[in-house]
Amino acid sequence: MSGAVSSYGTRHLQALFGALGRLARAPLATMLTLIVIGVALALPAGLALMVDNLRTATGDLSSAVDFTVHFKLGTPIERVEQIAKGARERADIASITVRNASQALEEFKQASGFGDALSALEDNPLPHHLVVRPEKNASGPTEVESLRRYFAAFPEVDIVQLDLDWVRRLHSLLDVLRRVMWLVVAVLGLGVLAVIGNTIRLEIQQRRPEIEVTKLVGGSNAFVRRPFLYTGIFYGLGGGLLAALIVFGGLAWLGQAVGELSAQYGSRFHLAGLGGQGLGILVGVGAALGWLGALISTGRHLRAIEPRA
Amino acid sequence: MITFDNVAKRYPNGREALAGVTFTIQPGEFVFLTGRSGAGKSSVLKLIALLERPSRGTVTVSGQNTGKLKAGKIPAFRRAIGVVFQDHKLLVDRPIYDNVALPLVVAGTPLKEVDRRVRAALDQVGLLGRERSSPLELSVGEQQRVGIARAVISKPQLLIADEPTGNLDPGLAVEVMRVFKRFQEVGVTVVIASHDPHLVEQFGQREIVLDAGRIVTDTFRAGHAARMTAQAPQLSDLPDIHT
Repeated sequence: MSGAVSSYGTRHLQALFGALGRLARAPLATMLTLIVIGVALALPAGLALMVDNLRTATGDLSSAVDFTVHFKLGTPIERVEQIAKGARERADIASITVRNASQALEEFKQASGFGDALSALEDNPLPHHLVVRPEKNASGPTEVESLRRYFAAFPEVDIVQLDLDWVRRLHSLLDVLRRVMWLVVAVLGLGVLAVIGNTIRLEIQQRRPEIEVTKLVGGSNAFVRRPFLYTGIFYGLGGGLLAALIVFGGLAWLGQAVGELSAQYGSRFHLAGLGGQGLGILVGVGAALGWLGALISTGRHLRAIEPRA
Repeated sequence: MITFDNVAKRYPNGREALAGVTFTIQPGEFVFLTGRSGAGKSSVLKLIALLERPSRGTVTVSGQNTGKLKAGKIPAFRRAIGVVFQDHKLLVDRPIYDNVALPLVVAGTPLKEVDRRVRAALDQVGLLGRERSSPLELSVGEQQRVGIARAVISKPQLLIADEPTGNLDPGLAVEVMRVFKRFQEVGVTVVIASHDPHLVEQFGQREIVLDAGRIVTDTFRAGHAARMTAQAPQLSDLPDIHT
């Protein structure tokens, strides 16, 4: 049993190193194919990274949909805190901050520059209010509207202030970007499949005599297919690594300029890279596409080759 | 071992290569298929090796009806047969060692065993020491012997050869035929297609003569009957291959 396993492993190793050897013996052709695959994988990877960075730059979606619940004048702060406590039980709310009228006035004094004039007022004209931040998964226009209705239903609430249009616009923009990204992923993924499939097809044609002889002496389709599958995986792996290099280079080139731009807006935002997980996904997707392209190509072309006497 | 029952073979271009061929080959027999070019000799071998399927009739090899064998079973079927071709079908970009080892490699034989048997097979055909040579560095006769080594390395019970001496001078042809004879003597069934009547006369075996896709004669040469009644030795008795 262990002998059979060892023999099976040996055959895989032979196919693996055979495929590597063949790629190494044609460095120019291999490099050109890797560049095509690398560029095709770098584009969707770069776009995905751009969407991620955009979400970070806009302070993430949840902070973009914070809204304020203003209470009627004269509502006791205890009642406000009671309503806040009840709302915190909801699964669709990430956080609620209670601002009493005095805090609101103090903030307004500092922000408006009318400190002295406001001090002259006998009564505080500002109401107590809540700053509500929905959960990330409840920050869509429908969910936020539902939250607005929840707070508006309390008789003590005067007005729920939120800019739903802005939320809708941000959602639409990110949705468009996400769709564009998936479209690019699909189109370029098909492109990678086609490039690898065609490269494998050419290699099959080139090695036709060898395939015929191998089948003649009893080589199964699986045996003949194996080195081509490894070749496809290597193309995908190499293309994925090259794509990561392209993305890394692009980020390095853009990073400083974006940092300076965000600093001018008082932000400390910096472009985020692929990270270990992103790199793993990129290389993994590359290898999977390589394997799939080779599988489709060998399935289509190897069966047609039968030994001739 | 091999049974052809009213077998016909018509190729897609309309040419009828065989028309109602019937014969039986017993295990351990040495049989010549002879006839003019186009008589149907190669078609018989192709049907035995399952490179073609019959258009009509039944071909049975080692108890298996080749016409009904599923595609997934064909590789294992072919691994049980050694085939030698007139044009050798060697991989010219691989050394002789790799060419001879190929049937064992596709069968998943452990590397140590592959190495041992390749050397034994090359020794058997007189090419030990040339493992790293390219087939292109060899003479036609040597290439033919590499083809034979590759055909026998899996210890097949059936060895078929299509004009194995077609490109050889008479001396080399006899030498190659002696190699086949040695395998037959240890129990391997040998079927050889040849158009060389002198060779057939010299080795004096069963001869099936074909013409226009039909069997004209099926005769036994002197001494054949006596040998066939003897207990056929096993391939494992061949010392050069099994040391």
